[in-house]
Amino acid sequence: MDKKNENQGFLDFAYQMYKSMKTNEINLVYEGEVTQEITKTFTSLTEKSLAKTEESNTVQRKVFNVMVECLQNISKHADSLTDEEDDRRGIVMVSHGEESYNIITGNVIKNEKVEDLKKNLEQVNSLDKKGLSDLYKQQMRDGKISEKGGAGLGFIDIAKKTGSKLGYQFKELNNEVSFFILTSTIKRT
Amino acid sequence: MELINIKGTDDTPNVILDKDSAKFEISGRSLPEDVNMFYEPILNWIDEYAESPCEKTEFNFKLEYFNTASSKIILDILLKFEEIVENGHDVVINWHYHEDEEDMLEAGEEYADIVEIPFEYVAYTD
Repeated sequence: MDKKNENQGFLDFAYQMYKSMKTNEINLVYEGEVTQEITKTFTSLTEKSLAKTEESNTVQRKVFNVMVECLQNISKHADSLTDEEDDRRGIVMVSHGEESYNIITGNVIKNEKVEDLKKNLEQVNSLDKKGLSDLYKQQMRDGKISEKGGAGLGFIDIAKKTGSKLGYQFKELNNEVSFFILTSTIKRT
Repeated sequence: MELINIKGTDDTPNVILDKDSAKFEISGRSLPEDVNMFYEPILNWIDEYAESPCEKTEFNFKLEYFNTASSKIILDILLKFEEIVENGHDVVINWHYHEDEEDMLEAGEEYADIVEIPFEYVAYTD
């Protein structure tokens, strides 16, 4: 492809992406390293843009809350595609529709962790409000802050605060790693 | 006893621990990357305070937001005050929450379920 066509191709891609973000009411898309700085930047961006909307404080706070947990999950637990990289990378997408906000995150994780992660997610999704609260209290009492600084409470907290089931999917990339996608839904009413 | 007075940031809370003027408060946001590092001096201070606490301690939590790792540390703080109660001193936790923030009220109620310390819930508006 010559230079001119290549440029045209990129412009088309940029426009298509812009259009599809508009159509799907996507507020934020990011792919890259997820650090505490990134977490602070995105949550404060989202917070500021939500503050301009008519959204209730409760919904705004829940969106902020879930974003922090999702991003800190990536910065603490993401694995890398190859052993040479040690960045904690992931994708982050925030979108909204008539009824809800969706926060979708994706990151690479080692296949050996998938079973336990699935079990955790299944357990969280099987519980009602009271069950989630009991599990949260139990985990706070019995759990320890891990070396990475996690308390093992993130999924329970998201489920508790959103009142929605966690959506998740694992896509095996090779013998070593899978891609883990988590969807959290915050109802607007 | 030395006092702790930490000014809050985007991701760490204001902390005032002042035995002489009987002021104990954690307020603002708590979502640090490394909760252990941030809270270690605070937990140490409370350990020292526990050796000769005030007759009555009123501890104010006025948090706008905290992440799950902080929630675990807040429990650790409360458990230390529970011991102070067990040793025969008065402790009251004033749990402040924004009137719109049911989640924050519920968080306080969950702590009150776990620890044997009286909680007062105080609603505030903007």
